[in-house]
Parts: sequence; structure tokens; C-alpha cells
Amino acid sequence: MAREIRPLGERPAILRMQSVDKTFNGQVHALRRMSLTVNEGDLISLLGPSGCGKSTALRLIAGLMRPTAGRIIWEGGQGTDDLGVVFQEPTLMPWATVLQNVWLPFRLRGQSLASVRGRIEEVLALVGLENFAGSYPRELSGGMKMRVSIARALVTNPRLILMDEPFAALDEITRQKLNNDLLTLKAQIGCTIIFVTHSVFESVFLSDRILVMAPRPGRVVKELTLDEPYPRGLAFRTSAKYGEIARETSEALMEAMGEEEAHA
Amino acid sequence: MSLADDRPSETVIDGAAFDAEEERHARAKRLEAVGKWALPTIVVVLTLYGWDRVVAINHIPHYILPSPGLVAETLVKDWGTLFPSMLVTLKITLMALSVAVIGGVALAILFTQSKFAEMAFFPYAVILQVTPIVSVAPLIFIYVDNRIVALLICAWVVAFFPILANTTLGLKSADHNLRDLMTIYRASRWQRLRYLQLPSALPYFLGGLRIAGGLSLIGAVVAEYVAGTGGIGSGLAFRILEAGYRLNIPRMFAALFLIAFLGVVIFMVTTALNWFLLHKWHESAVKRDV
Ligand SMILES: Nc1ncnc2c1ncn2[C@@H]1O[C@H](COP(=O)(O)OP(=O)(O)OP(=O)(O)O)[C@@H](O)[C@H]1O
Ligand SMILES: [Mg+2]
Repeated sequence: MAREIRPLGERPAILRMQSVDKTFNGQVHALRRMSLTVNEGDLISLLGPSGCGKSTALRLIAGLMRPTAGRIIWEGGQGTDDLGVVFQEPTLMPWATVLQNVWLPFRLRGQSLASVRGRIEEVLALVGLENFAGSYPRELSGGMKMRVSIARALVTNPRLILMDEPFAALDEITRQKLNNDLLTLKAQIGCTIIFVTHSVFESVFLSDRILVMAPRPGRVVKELTLDEPYPRGLAFRTSAKYGEIARETSEALMEAMGEEEAHA
Repeated sequence: MSLADDRPSETVIDGAAFDAEEERHARAKRLEAVGKWALPTIVVVLTLYGWDRVVAINHIPHYILPSPGLVAETLVKDWGTLFPSMLVTLKITLMALSVAVIGGVALAILFTQSKFAEMAFFPYAVILQVTPIVSVAPLIFIYVDNRIVALLICAWVVAFFPILANTTLGLKSADHNLRDLMTIYRASRWQRLRYLQLPSALPYFLGGLRIAGGLSLIGAVVAEYVAGTGGIGSGLAFRILEAGYRLNIPRMFAALFLIAFLGVVIFMVTTALNWFLLHKWHESAVKRDV
């Protein structure tokens, strides 16, 4: 089932955001001239301070809003039909069991539980929750709920997965564990991920491309590429390269913030 | 040498190990379980005893205040008339409640599907709710020939608003992100309603149902009072009026007791339903041990 992930630079584009503006109420410029290209197999981090329009960008890509100006072009024509999403909160239906929650994307396509049960159980095993299919969300810890949410996004094997600060509310230990697991899952499935975060270290550990955003109006100010092979582990977390990229990213971020001060 | 060897030897308890706090907790819980039944029972028994003593010591005549014993006696003696009346009242209450549930939920769904429908009809719902039923009931009895139907309409008017208001609120209070998820997965209106809005509204609806259950009984009784003793098809309120005219105070009390009993049963049934439907997932019904 896994798609092959090609090396950076040889990946076909699946999505282009071209000079997109988004204005709220005619006065709040959430995004101005935002451009980015997403290639098949990328793990892109959108990194930026709070309020710089990261969520807005994701919502535009997901088709939940329309751009005020500019275009979002899907290559291959599938568009937003083939999408998985993970929000900052687990966003599970509290009245439904883990199994039923993960079934939701299939259910909405009219597929019976019996016909997809095997696939759901497979994905639950991938996220390490095979023994919790019958549990209700309130019986799970925060990290486990997030895993269910990830399983739900993965279960239809979508081409692109959007994640909006999925681990921001978790403790550092759980977050690192889930970061590791996310990389494993991505390698197994071969999907493309856009990952919103405001943690420099998380973005460096996870991504092969980091897009640094500046606020007011929100736009991409710097792109860093990280050609470090997956799977990445503790060795990478403690390597000189990791430290170097983290420093470079932090500087880009500081610069972006400084620009704002200069503007103000 | 492992760490375990350094520790002082302890008695290992198989199964649940209780510390002092848990012990206290368990004791408090046991006490609560007993108290839950014992306390109300004791209060009721003491009240009945006090009532009986007051009547006996002051030699109050039974046409002013009958003793509890006499009320019980009357309840048994007049069971042949009171029980069918209770069934009539119960029937009207349950029918009104059913219509209120169907109407309230249907209207709430309509309101959430169409803003214009809500804007157009919500004022009527409010007017119906705020106008006291006693002042509208006489009109209803003039325009509606069938007495049972008229009673039903009165009880429905009183009962349906909490269902409508609560269910509307519930349907609208579905989680924002889950709504976005539905959009992303291209859910149809019907799927959105079925898989997201209706389950989100369930706790709100059940809250409304608990209020509406009591209100429909009140509506049924009040409407019957307004209808007076002229008609046929006599419920408990009719029995109370009738007994009042005949100065049969013990029977009034017996009928009153049955109305209260109905109210309590309705409350218990709706509470049980609430627990049954929500205890697995909703905070309001989930039992916490600590
Ligand atoms: N629906 C909306 N109506 C009006 N303004 C909005 C709306 N959504 C976002 N904004 C504004 O757009 C800007 C960007 O918001 P956005 O939520 O995209 O930021 P963010 O980068 O995701 O921030 P955070 O890291 O805090 O989540 C903010 O200034 C916000 O006030
Ligand atoms: Mg955000």
C-alpha cells in the first residue's frame, strides 16, 4: 500500500499555492502573497509565531475557506478529495468508540464497518492502539487520543495529510515519542504531510523542508531544506547538523519577528 | 545487586492495596449508598408520623385535614374510581409529551437547517411559551370540540418549548473542528445531522425532556381544571374538583397523592433514560471515583 518516496529534488509537485491573499472582514490581512509548493512525499513544516496565519494557510488548502486573491492549484486533479486532517485537539466524537471514530471517514463514503474493519484494525495497530478499539475517548490519555486522531487521518491512506500543531498540548516526553512514531508511520505509508508548529526543534526533527513564516501580514520568508535520511532518531537529535539547522531556523524566525517590529 | 534488595521487606498485598485515604473514601461511599435511601425514607416516615399526631392531638376533623391513615384508606377504598382517572391523566401526559418530543425535535431540526425558518417561527414558539396556559386554555376548549384533543393541546403547549429550545441549542453546539472535519470529508447534510449534530444534541435534548416530562403533567392537570367538571373523560384533576365540591377531603388528598406519584415516576424514568443513554460518554452522567 505504501507509496515510494523519492529523494528531495526529484519529487513531483502535488499542490501549488500562488501568491495567495486572505483578508478577514476587509481589514485583517492574515496572509499576503503567500506562495508555496508541496511535492509528493514532502514533510513540510510551517513554522512561525502565533497569529502569523499558519492555520489560515491550512484551512485554505483544506478547502474550508477561499482565498481573497491568488490561486491554489492541485496537480493531478484530485484536489481536496483525498485529504487527512489532524487538529490541535484530538477532535474525537465522545459518544463513539475508538473503532467508530476511525471508521468515520469510511462511513461518510458509505462504507460499512464490516467492509473496512480489517483496515481500521491495521491502522490502530500502527499507532499502537490495537487493544483500545472498544474504548471511549474519555477513557484514553491525551497522547492516546491524539494517536486515534492520527489513525483517523491515515485510515483512508490519503495523499496529503494536514496537521495543525497536533502535539502542542502534550508534554515533552509524549511529544518526542509521537514525533518518532509519526516518522515511522510516514515511512510506512509514504504520504505527504504539512505540519504546522511553533516549535523550532520539532520542525527540525521532523521535516525535510521548513517554511518560516512572518506575521502581519503572514507570508513565507525563508525556506530551509534538510536532506537528512529517515528514520531519524536520538543520534540525529544530538548531532551537530541538528544543532546547526536549529540555529539557522531560529535566526530566520528572529529575523521574521524583527521585521514585524520594524514595520510597527 | 538489584535495587529491590536494598528496600526494607514489605508485606505484599495481593490485589487492591488500600491506603488510608482510599479507606476513608470507601467508607464515605458506603455511607452515601446507605444514606441515599435511608435518609429520604426516615424523613418521609417522620413527616407522616408528625402529620398523624397533629391531626390526632388537635382533633382536626377529617373534612379539614384527614390523617395519613385515612388518606391511605380512601386510596384503597376509592381505587375503582381513582385508578382509571390516573390512567386518563397518565395517557394525556404521555401523549402530550410524545407530541412535544416529536414536534420539538422536528422543529429544532428545521430551525438548524434553515435560518429563515428559525427567524420566521421562533417568535411563535416564544409567544406560546410565555403566555400562561390557564389564560389560553378556555379558548382552546371553545375551538376544539374533542375534549381529549383539547387537553392534549394544552399539555403540549406547556411541554414542547424546553424540548425545542434545548434541542436547538444542542444541534448548534457541535464541536467546531468536528464540523470542519465533516466538511473536509464531504459529508452530506443528512450525514452531518445523523453523525454529528444529533449525537451532540442528545444530552441537551435529554435535559429538555426531564423538564418537559414534569411540565406535560402540569399542563394536563391545569387544562383539566380549566375544562371543569362539565365534560366526560375524567382524569385526576377532575376527581379533585369533584371531591372538593362534595367536601370529600380524604379523596382529594388521595388524588393529589396519585398526581405527585405520577410526577415522581416520570422524573425517575427520564432520569434513568438520561443515565442509560449518556453514562458511557457524557461528563454529566459519567461516574468519577475521585
Ligand atoms: N475567522 C477569522 N476572522 C477574523 N480574523 C481571523 C479569523 N481567523 C484568523 N483570523 C486572524 O488571522 C490571523 C492569523 O490567524 P491564524 O489562526 O491563521 O494564526 P496561526 O498562525 O494559526 O496562530 P496560532 O499559532 O496561534 O494558531 C490572526 O491575526 C487572526 O486574528
Ligand atoms: Mg493556529
